[in-house]
Amino acid sequence: MNVTTPTDPRPTVLNPQASKLRIVIVGHVDHGKSTLIGRLFHDTNSLPEGKIEQIRKASEAEGMEFEFAFLLDALLEEQEQNITIDTTQLPFRTALREYVIIDAPGHKEFLKNMITGAASADAAILLIDANEGIQEQSKRHAYLLSLLGIKQVVVAVNKMDLVGFREEIFETIRAEYSVFLAKLGVIPRYFIPISAKQGQNITKESAQMPWFPGPAILEALDRFDVPADPEGRPLRLVLQDVYRFDERRILAGRIESGRLKIGDELIFWPDRKRSRVKSFESWGSATAQASARVGQSVAITLEEQIFVERGQIGSHAGVGPAEGRELHVSLFWLGNEPLAVNQAFTLKLGTQSVEARVVEIQRVLDSSTLEPIPGQSVAIQKNEVADVRIRARRPIAFDRHDKVSETGRFVILQGKRIGGGGIVREAEYEADQPGVASDNLTWTVSPVTREARADLLGHRGVVLWLTGLSGSGKSTLATGLEFQLHRKGLSAFILDGDNLRHGLCSNLKFSPDDRSENIRRAGEAAKLMAEAGLIVICSLISPYRADRNRVRDICHSDGIPFAEIFINTPISVCEARDPRGLYKRARAGEITDFTGVSSPYEAPEAPEIEIRTNEASIEESLAVLFDFANTLARNLDCAKPGEIGPGSGI
Amino acid sequence: MDHLDELESQSIYILREAYHGFSNLCMPWSMGKDSNVLIWLSKKAFCGKIPYPLLHIDTTYEFPEMLEFREWAVDHYGLDLIVKINEDARAGRGAYPAPVGYETHDPVTVTHELKTVALQQVLSDRKFDALITGIRRDEDPTRAKERYFSPRNAEFEWDYKDQPPEFWNQFTTEIDPGEHIRVQPLLDWTEVDIWRYIDREKIPIPQMYFARPGEDGKSYRFRSLGCWPITKPVVSGAANIDEIIAELMVTRTSERAGRAQDHHERNAMQKLRAKGFM
Repeated sequence: MNVTTPTDPRPTVLNPQASKLRIVIVGHVDHGKSTLIGRLFHDTNSLPEGKIEQIRKASEAEGMEFEFAFLLDALLEEQEQNITIDTTQLPFRTALREYVIIDAPGHKEFLKNMITGAASADAAILLIDANEGIQEQSKRHAYLLSLLGIKQVVVAVNKMDLVGFREEIFETIRAEYSVFLAKLGVIPRYFIPISAKQGQNITKESAQMPWFPGPAILEALDRFDVPADPEGRPLRLVLQDVYRFDERRILAGRIESGRLKIGDELIFWPDRKRSRVKSFESWGSATAQASARVGQSVAITLEEQIFVERGQIGSHAGVGPAEGRELHVSLFWLGNEPLAVNQAFTLKLGTQSVEARVVEIQRVLDSSTLEPIPGQSVAIQKNEVADVRIRARRPIAFDRHDKVSETGRFVILQGKRIGGGGIVREAEYEADQPGVASDNLTWTVSPVTREARADLLGHRGVVLWLTGLSGSGKSTLATGLEFQLHRKGLSAFILDGDNLRHGLCSNLKFSPDDRSENIRRAGEAAKLMAEAGLIVICSLISPYRADRNRVRDICHSDGIPFAEIFINTPISVCEARDPRGLYKRARAGEITDFTGVSSPYEAPEAPEIEIRTNEASIEESLAVLFDFANTLARNLDCAKPGEIGPGSGI
Repeated sequence: MDHLDELESQSIYILREAYHGFSNLCMPWSMGKDSNVLIWLSKKAFCGKIPYPLLHIDTTYEFPEMLEFREWAVDHYGLDLIVKINEDARAGRGAYPAPVGYETHDPVTVTHELKTVALQQVLSDRKFDALITGIRRDEDPTRAKERYFSPRNAEFEWDYKDQPPEFWNQFTTEIDPGEHIRVQPLLDWTEVDIWRYIDREKIPIPQMYFARPGEDGKSYRFRSLGCWPITKPVVSGAANIDEIIAELMVTRTSERAGRAQDHHERNAMQKLRAKGFM
């Protein structure tokens, strides 16, 4: 044991502003990862005073000789069992630059911690025990590194002291492992024979292995490159939040790729709303910011007041992300419970969070052999990797991983915790046209239960009954609501009073009886459509309380939730709006039986929602309506249709 | 971007995720250097407004200069500050048969009762669902194993043997009632990074970090600040930030060497932290 108390001064770094390089040490359990790091710190005089003494005491307490691994394996349980449970990050520096050294556990049980450590690394050292050779985690970790996008790799063949520092053993491992790594497209910079325990080929070339030309580990670290952000990547501004602390409406987010400057036109995906950047907002900075680049957290304001929200991704025109509900991905699964086909989960990509499910498992790989597991899989087990097709409830914005990795990767929540992650393998980029997404919603009409229908669509059918005077804003709100629901992946359809009178109700006039029949037919049609699973938005003046109550009964008798939404606009306002000139004609006597002028309107007594359109903006009104509709439709447990209470609204 | 920009940007990202993810956030503040960097980063993250209250756990063993700094900073930044003392422990009433203090108890016990338990009392009163803390990985080997978003159960315990995975900036934000999350935006920062950033941004800090003459004629400064009975200064001539950074580049003494509770017994920090200490 050549452990000495070092006296050399610690190295100082050349450029304190330079980025730190993050290096992860991975490999099979007991192949010596923590020992290598402990040795590296010791031999470069990076350990604080008293640390060696502390480690010596801890080693004695466990009845061991000096154990370098205890530098990182700081938990009592780790020291007692001599195993790394969780990943550790330690700062480290050489004469060239600063590093963060990441220790990753090699035990299969702690793969989630290995990923946690490795995912942020710029480069990796893969460690293999010369005595044991290539083991399960040697292969699995290499595969995961390739999935995580870590391309700079050095392989260290450790414990050379146990095999008499023999070159042929090193060469055998090198040959075998090179073949495996080549399948992954991983080409290691170096294979280095070392003894972490004895400090051979760590900071300087070993006299025990004169056959090895170098470099030693320390020099290999310094030869890694700090990854530069590739020029020309498209802008991706991931929105975290919208702040309204004062009169400013500030969009907060991070530039995950590309650059942004004042005046740039931004398109926010997947809604495709557009506006220009008006300003960068900052605090504590003397100079006004005019641009921002990749990696920066920013706060901006826009020229126009458009509706944007957390989750959306801003891009420049013509180079936007892909958009859709289907993702073709490779994923790794860490959860204790398997991930089954058709099981609903939350998928998080950037700051988007969406309900999704695996609809097809294309193949499951044994990550320690890279061989496909034969047979049709219906679930992905812990520590397996798979190529799958995922379907989200609503369209999301994403990139192909090799194009923009930050917006081309995602995690899956199992319960409240991350259960796995993956990368997007395919993405179709289209010309960026404003307007509605092309994915039409379809469903199969077949004799299936209401619950099965709800399960398929992700929500149940409901009837939303918008009542109010002509010109009160029913149609505007109905179409806006339908659009928003559709965009969020809910199936909605409008039954419009005027439209119905062109077909289903074309034989009816405006007498009280005909009006009642008109409402009855609309109500029956709405109930049928809700039964098919749709959110039916009925937009009818429906002036009589009794008629509306009858529709409520029709729906409730079949277990369909019904909500009366009173679009309450004073007649003076409706008349001033008079979008089709009807009030003018009614006042002139050209139209008879016109509600509010020559025919009564009975306002609802206890509507589920009341919208006062002269007090709230369209956007605010739509937000209330959307929340209500979304909650009502998604509340699958809410079996009793009468339970939605009145009183909400604006 | 240089590496301070990268650290700043990541911390701001974390603060914004925390603000979005939790309805009732709180930021413990010790008036120390890391704590003051957190105030600064919060101001930057939210364009001048700190949208959560700060919390000072007052052990009653605070250095008078730190309390002066506290009053100054509350006024200077316009902070919404909660000050909490575990009064029962100090007075020896309620669950405490006798007053708890450094005069009569070991530092691990006092730290637990006057800091961790006081924190528990505040959380129980105010129902905070997340705490933003200023801990860093390079301070202590158990902190080196932390997550940015680290769950604590209703008993305040840290399940360090089974931490949730955390990668690609996707954090644990969902908790059960009674649990809370420790949000730790400074994990990636080192002691030197903190000083370089304080220097660059001109962040106000207490003067106790700078060297001044001691009674024995030597010059001393505090490298880490805690309760006065258990916090020892280091011999140092570093009277400004440049000199502090120069000193840190060559020192072989650990930052918390002057903090007695860390060294009371083997794995003292692990035991303290498992029970809820930051």
